Amino acid sequence: MGSYLPLFLLFVLAAAFALFSALLGPLVGPRRYNRAKLEAYECGIEPSPQPIVGGGRVPVAYYLTAMLFILFDIEMVFLYPFAVSADALGFFGLVEIVLFISTLGFAYAYVWRRGGLDWN
Amino acid sequence: MSALVTAISLAQDPPAKETLAPIDYGAIMPMLIILGAACLGVLFEALLPRHQRWSAQVALTLLALVGAGVTMAFYIADAPADGTLTLAGAIAVDRPALFLWGTLLALALGAVLMIADRTVEPGGAFVAQAAIRPGTVQDREQRLGAHPDRRDGARFQMQTEVFPLTLFALGGMMVFCSANDLLTMFIALEVLSLPLYLMCGLARRRRLLSQEAAVKYFLLGAFASAFFLYGLALLYGYAGSVRLADIANAAAGSDRSDTLLFGGMALLIVGLLFKGSVGPFHAWTPDVYQGAPTPLTGFMAACTKVAAFGGILRVLSVGLESTQWEWRGIMWGVAIVSMIIGAVLGLTQTDIKRMIAYSSIAHAGFLLIGAIVLTPDGLSSTLFYLLAYGFTTVATFGVISLVRDADGEATHLSQWAGLAKRSPLVAGVFTFLLLALAGIPLTSGFIGKFVVFSAALSDGMAPLVVIALIASAVAAFFYLRVIVLMYFSEPAPDGPTVTVPGAFTTASITLGVVVTLLLGIVPAFALDWADAGTFALR
Repeated sequence: MGSYLPLFLLFVLAAAFALFSALLGPLVGPRRYNRAKLEAYECGIEPSPQPIVGGGRVPVAYYLTAMLFILFDIEMVFLYPFAVSADALGFFGLVEIVLFISTLGFAYAYVWRRGGLDWN
Repeated sequence: MSALVTAISLAQDPPAKETLAPIDYGAIMPMLIILGAACLGVLFEALLPRHQRWSAQVALTLLALVGAGVTMAFYIADAPADGTLTLAGAIAVDRPALFLWGTLLALALGAVLMIADRTVEPGGAFVAQAAIRPGTVQDREQRLGAHPDRRDGARFQMQTEVFPLTLFALGGMMVFCSANDLLTMFIALEVLSLPLYLMCGLARRRRLLSQEAAVKYFLLGAFASAFFLYGLALLYGYAGSVRLADIANAAAGSDRSDTLLFGGMALLIVGLLFKGSVGPFHAWTPDVYQGAPTPLTGFMAACTKVAAFGGILRVLSVGLESTQWEWRGIMWGVAIVSMIIGAVLGLTQTDIKRMIAYSSIAHAGFLLIGAIVLTPDGLSSTLFYLLAYGFTTVATFGVISLVRDADGEATHLSQWAGLAKRSPLVAGVFTFLLLALAGIPLTSGFIGKFVVFSAALSDGMAPLVVIALIASAVAAFFYLRVIVLMYFSEPAPDGPTVTVPGAFTTASITLGVVVTLLLGIVPAFALDWADAGTFALR
């Protein structure tokens, strides 16, 4: 049980920080209302459908970007443990990771050449 | 927590050198060739100009299939008789795995020939661009535009990503058949499924139906994968390992609570049965078979079935053998439900592709009978059945793709009336294939059913065999109905015409028909191959 104490403390700390930030802002912050304040996010993309632009649809280009993000995300997930134990894995590990990266490279080359990276 | 601590301490203080088990590259070479060719295919798509892609992809795909087959033949010549484990025990290359690989490669050859054909449907059965939405101007243009007479027809040729996708799916199937632990099996399941989901939505005609099939297959398939994964997790909780052999050991001698074992087993088997389109888990089959491009339906119906039953056979005989008396009764029930659903609902179908889909559900029931007979006879008979069924199915879908009218394939049964008067050859070939599916002597279907049923009989499953015989009799009725329709009805005045197929589809259908006939007349050689050895139980 004792080994879970740090984890428990982390949860308490996280909850306390969230409460602290949420309560302190309205209490001490200045209140200057304007149009941007009423939107869901003060900066960035409006999350609700936009009836005029694009018929309320999210541009499909976002989907491609998200997929590409996952591609490189997975690459990182694998590269990190490899980097940590690259020494122990030796030459074989190096060959394997190069193979892995080049497999991703094929997909990347495909996306690049076929215009997946052009926004329009 | 302790695992995390171990991981952190390992990271800070790595062991001097990992000792990696040697990898038997000779054994896994066929797999590597197929997956490597798939990667190369992706590069082709990236680097070649559009007009060169089709020929380059077809050449690469056929070369990879043949190359993998030849490599495998060389490996078999001096392969250890009881199989070998490689990649740290994740892959088992044993006799059943090799037989299944051979079957998959041969069936894929037939299917790829059909997929590559651009004469039956001008430009190919696959859409020119996957992004084209149904019912738009572009859709109509690509449907009519690939006609050989048109000068700008090149941009309406089929999308050639289909070839690497097929190879990826095939590679996944090969891994699936030889996966010796459940995690590898799960990855293989995804590798084989994802390309199939995608390709289902790529039909050139009836785009809406095709996309509907793709979405249905994807959603239900994802659901089934989740079942498989959940079962995997429970079994890992039970045995402390994802290795099939370790699960078998844990189940054989332990006083652990059986809840995890049975829960995990049930969920795992549901995931597998879904892929094999067995019994009550078949709901996706008719819609997907109908909506997918017909050459792809052939690939899916034949190869996915082989891979799924390869996986089921291995899981049941390596992982769950010691608990067979717990699951056997339930599997009896599943097999019966599958045969009855296939045979009875097949009778009511009016679309020929849906009818063959229900036939495949009935066949899945027969195959399941063979799969739950855990004797060497049961194994070899199921393997033979898969080989026989696969070739017949590929050729059947090949013939279905030939009967067309202005709207593409004429799949409604009424349009097949009197076909024998228009094209005696196609009607004759189709009749032969339907008789093989029904299991009439002198076809491979008869031998397949015969060996499976006799293996089941000798393992004390007489009641199940009786039910199976009744189901085959019922199913025979709907095959015969089509034959009667083709020969003894008057053709409709504006009925469909039979397209003269190009070399590729002709080769594919010929391959299927010849193998169906050969396995029906001289099945001994294939039975010997199927009987060459059992699973590596380690």
